[in-house]
Amino acid sequence: MCEHSVLFLDDHLPSESVQQDRFVTDLNLQPIIDAVTDGWDYCKLGDIYFRPLRCSDTIKYRQEVFADLEDCSLFEAVEDFTERMAAAWRYLDLINEFDYEEIRQGWFLEAADTYCAAVRSLEDKLTTGDPQSRGLRGMRDHLRDYVRSDRFTTFAQDLETVQQRLSEVRYCLQIRDNTVEVSRYEGEPDYAAEVKKVFGKFRQETTRDYMAKFSTEAGVSDVEGRIAGYVARLFPDEFLALTEFCDTHKDFVKETVATFTREVQFYLAFLHYIAALRDEGLPFCYPEIATEDKEVHSRSCFDLALAHNLVTDGTRVVLNDFFLREEERIFVVTGANQGGKTTFARMFGQVHYLASLGCPVPGSDARLYLFDQIFTHFEEEEEIEDLRSKMEDDLVRMHDILRSATSDSIIVLNEIFTSGAVEDQLFLNQKIIEKIVQLDALAVCVTFVDEVAQLSDSIVSVVATVDPESPQMRTYRLERRPPDGLVYATSIAEKWRLTYDQLKERI
Amino acid sequence: MMIRPYLLCRDREFDFEQDLPPQESEMVEDLEIDTLLEVMVGGDRSLEKVIRTIFLLGSRDAATIEYRQGIVQDCLRHPDAIRNIYDIAVEAVQTRKEQALGIYAMSSSPSLVLSSAVKLLRMLIDMIDKLKEAVLRDDLAFASQGLGQFCEMLGGELNDDYLSSLRGHLDELDLQEGVFVSAELGTGNIGTNYVLHQPENRGAGWMQRVFNVEDASSYRFRINPRHEGSSRALEQLKYLGISAVANALAQSADNLLRFFDLLRKELCLYIGCINLAEKLADIGCPITFPEIRGLQERSLCCEELYDICLALTMEDRPVGNDVGAEDKGLFIITGANKGGKTTFLRSVGLAQLMMQAGMFVPAESYRADMCSGLFTHFRRREDEAMESGKLEEELRRMDDIVSNLQEDCMVLLNESFAATNDREGSEIARQIVAAFMQKGVKVLFVTHLQGFAHSAYRQQADNTVFLRAERKPDGQRTYRMIEAEPLRTSYGKDLFRRIFEAG
Repeated sequence: MCEHSVLFLDDHLPSESVQQDRFVTDLNLQPIIDAVTDGWDYCKLGDIYFRPLRCSDTIKYRQEVFADLEDCSLFEAVEDFTERMAAAWRYLDLINEFDYEEIRQGWFLEAADTYCAAVRSLEDKLTTGDPQSRGLRGMRDHLRDYVRSDRFTTFAQDLETVQQRLSEVRYCLQIRDNTVEVSRYEGEPDYAAEVKKVFGKFRQETTRDYMAKFSTEAGVSDVEGRIAGYVARLFPDEFLALTEFCDTHKDFVKETVATFTREVQFYLAFLHYIAALRDEGLPFCYPEIATEDKEVHSRSCFDLALAHNLVTDGTRVVLNDFFLREEERIFVVTGANQGGKTTFARMFGQVHYLASLGCPVPGSDARLYLFDQIFTHFEEEEEIEDLRSKMEDDLVRMHDILRSATSDSIIVLNEIFTSGAVEDQLFLNQKIIEKIVQLDALAVCVTFVDEVAQLSDSIVSVVATVDPESPQMRTYRLERRPPDGLVYATSIAEKWRLTYDQLKERI
Repeated sequence: MMIRPYLLCRDREFDFEQDLPPQESEMVEDLEIDTLLEVMVGGDRSLEKVIRTIFLLGSRDAATIEYRQGIVQDCLRHPDAIRNIYDIAVEAVQTRKEQALGIYAMSSSPSLVLSSAVKLLRMLIDMIDKLKEAVLRDDLAFASQGLGQFCEMLGGELNDDYLSSLRGHLDELDLQEGVFVSAELGTGNIGTNYVLHQPENRGAGWMQRVFNVEDASSYRFRINPRHEGSSRALEQLKYLGISAVANALAQSADNLLRFFDLLRKELCLYIGCINLAEKLADIGCPITFPEIRGLQERSLCCEELYDICLALTMEDRPVGNDVGAEDKGLFIITGANKGGKTTFLRSVGLAQLMMQAGMFVPAESYRADMCSGLFTHFRRREDEAMESGKLEEELRRMDDIVSNLQEDCMVLLNESFAATNDREGSEIARQIVAAFMQKGVKVLFVTHLQGFAHSAYRQQADNTVFLRAERKPDGQRTYRMIEAEPLRTSYGKDLFRRIFEAG
């Protein structure tokens, strides 16, 4: 039975998976979660990332654990622990693959040793690391009791005894033609050492290792199995002790420890993912979770998926702020083409989603709303064959969204109805925005239709700006101000970042 | 002391695997470097890649450049001896091709692996003897630090006594008695820490006990040789037993081969210099060893600097140029078409690369500062048809250059930004050059952009030199650069007259 969870508070079970929802794709959450869980596949991490929480206390519970793991020594301790546990499980799996009893026992012993060291080291480091979170403190207390329990101390003592005895075994092999002779070792001198010494002058650290070709984990041969059998006969007492150990401690892994190993990787994976971005100076913070009012804000925020790609390419990431006060609910985003409008919309959705997982979010400071559902509608770049049926599909989709959404939902719309006639675009955009205003939900709406920005007091106009001194330059910064309706062209030298000022920055 | 040739750098081996400088292919094309490399290679294709690498990478360390200059001077004094050493290195490297099989194909018998390593080492030690014979000759008094140090290593580290002790050990390393090892129980109770022993160290008593069936101090089993898995496992065990020895010997052989390979590669530059100097002597062109100034200094002082590629193509001595410019970071070169401006720009670029490679340069005298990287931005003629995209293409190449630019780099611009009108082109040029100056980048700029050249001249900046392709009053070109302000006209008219009115 699992006695402690580092992901969930006792009374809150996991929510439904949203993996199939449209917004996961539209907000680019899929690539984020793929990248976060990349390399951690053995523990079904993805599933947790697709289950947003509806309970602010559980979110807080996770934020605390994250905050603890921001501490290098605790992070390393926990990561080291999960790696050791993974190794122990791998060894236990190996046992089923071998026919020779001595070999099976050998791997069982290895797994036991790895587990024992992992548990002790974690208990030690959780104690000295002094975690503040309820999640890690609970685990620490649990481990403290466990390592002092009879079950564990007997296990560890038996392990040590049997290892000690086996480590003293040294035997000889004489291999000639097809015959192998196994005997006890009698102190013969090392001949290879002598040869190495003489040829040392020609050897270098950097030289390729010709021994690397054969690894011991490649499998166990019939010959090795038989040798182990004869060694067991040459050293009967040592091997009897081993057999007894294996029988006594068949199920040594404690379930709470196993659960912790799986659950805590949720944190490690995410912190790993954002570490590269932090190295580039991008800020992350733990948002305050709003449940009553909708005064959300974020400072120095960015699109996580985009930032991940930009940093990989070595491109600078532009940070943006946003805030909604009092009755403000809806951002209407207009302005320069390719000016970062869609990015702003995604960013708004992403940070709310990440916050609902209990994760740190992009930005230096944030307050975000605890939503019930997220809805998105992004114009798809498909070939439009029948405008009427496309518009119809879009309207059906919007209708579905508005029927399912509540005042606690978040709605993100990106350039909808752009393919229609101008008066259609204006009309449809206005109508949809009016509906969202009535709903009182938080929303971001990217549009070409400037007019909708003035529809209601709950609407905040945000404009993708350009550099005032050289209007051709996109800044990817979005500002709260009325739409300016300008069209921008890029001048060619600036595009290649070859003006005096740009060059001074670059070289 | 390491057993290393160290002929390109005083205290370390040259890294032949490092990346070539950014934008090198543009530079090779713009400066026509292949013409030079071809003469250096002298028909031996195997030299080509290595010479290209050393040449293009150059050095930013004056001591290293002088170190190489010393060796080049020795080489020019004793070309035959150097070529002989090179041939020995090539021969040694080739033994690998004949002998390498055993070491690298581990699938066969491990004792074969060991015996191949032994055999290869014997051959390589013989090659060391041969090399010593060729280098340690009384009639070769090498004056350079580099070759002196090389001789010392051969006579000291690899002295005859040491070589004969190596030969002795190789003779002992045959394993007639099979493989005798000891081991401990490792992970999963599989043997580990295999240590090789000599069977004769175990006394006769042991042999008796083995044959005494009642005594359970040893167990013997035979594997079925037709069972492939078991045979292979047995070979693997033998391998684990002798791998430490085989590994040590294989690594030693590797390193000796590497020594000869490095020697061969590092000598390539010098063989190239010998080839080049012989050719230049043939066609009566002067060479000189340059005086090197630091990265932060600004100096370009030369007499009779000529374009070496032009000389090699014409097989004659071309017109040279004299420049005397101290503390100048910007050269603006203007004047008539076909007046030798591009040739001059190339001659400076090539001499810079040759100097930093450690070579002599094509001039009567030459003094220049090192640069931390050389870039060329030449107007490309080939895609004239796509006029509309041309400026964009030029800016894209400039963007590539800027991405790799740092302080004390040198940029050679040849009619850049001429793909737009003079006013716009001048503005782009003005901003780029101003930023380069601000950031300590050296610039030589051949230009027809009147607005740019004249605004620079009006500024009268201390760090700027204005050169102009000389034209005699009768319209004749001398192909020499003279120090002079940019003229307001180009010489297209002349060309027109000559071409249209000559016939």
